[in-house]
Amino acid sequence: MKDILLRIIIGGVAVSAFAMLGELLKPKSFAGLFGAAPSVSLATMVLTVMKEGKTYASIEARSMVLGAVAFIIYAAIISRLMIRRRMQVLSATTLGIGIWVACAFGLWYGFLR
Amino acid sequence: MKIKVDTAGLKGTKWYEFVFRFFMGGAITALAGLAAKRFGPEIGGLFLAFPAIIPATATLIKKREQQKKERAGYEGAERGRAAAAVDVAGAVLGGLGLITFALVVWLRMREWKTATVLMMASLAWFLVALSVWQLRETFCRRMRAHRPNILTHTLRSVVDRKPVANRR
Repeated sequence: MKDILLRIIIGGVAVSAFAMLGELLKPKSFAGLFGAAPSVSLATMVLTVMKEGKTYASIEARSMVLGAVAFIIYAAIISRLMIRRRMQVLSATTLGIGIWVACAFGLWYGFLR
Repeated sequence: MKIKVDTAGLKGTKWYEFVFRFFMGGAITALAGLAAKRFGPEIGGLFLAFPAIIPATATLIKKREQQKKERAGYEGAERGRAAAAVDVAGAVLGGLGLITFALVVWLRMREWKTATVLMMASLAWFLVALSVWQLRETFCRRMRAHRPNILTHTLRSVVDRKPVANRR
């Protein structure tokens, strides 16, 4: 429980900090880079190394490569849906989460399982 | 296009938007930890690249741009959507940096000190993201100079719309 609370606090601070940084910068396409900031991984990596060791963290990072590929597919698809198909932002980003999950687990099944 | 710091965006942010992002970030971080504990680091690692910020940020950008345009008497919904799409397109480029970050951590975690790995990986993320963004800007500028109608058609069709009052 203590570990989860610690993760919530550290993760919340890291994600909020990168989001704020993104809001401070212009143009928007540049600020968008911070939407892909490694906030969650920075927040958890130190905790993971302290608790589980470096090998464990390294295995997590290997899976993160696939998660990041899924992230690119997710962002490319929702950006296109909003521009070309004129889909609502909330609908596109929510639908996109399903796309990310499908891609991430599909890649994991294909390459790491 | 030059990179600028503009505090106006931050001033317009409501307190509950900060709270929402904080809990969203915290929830994803906790989820990544729980997934790793339950299913192992191979599954937990996937969630380290979960798009935690994008849904909230894109919705916020759309709302702000829409309000700004509507205050000026223009139709704002499409402009808001286009602005959100541009922000998300930027995240595609940032995603390439995210892959680099993960590669550095994966390949160097066992050899280097943790702090050094994370610093080098963060630096690699920023440099790759910045370089790809710069390349894209240069490419788009050149394309616009040669064939202005193709790349800018969608955004210009949104921006150039007449004010709502005039169309009635």
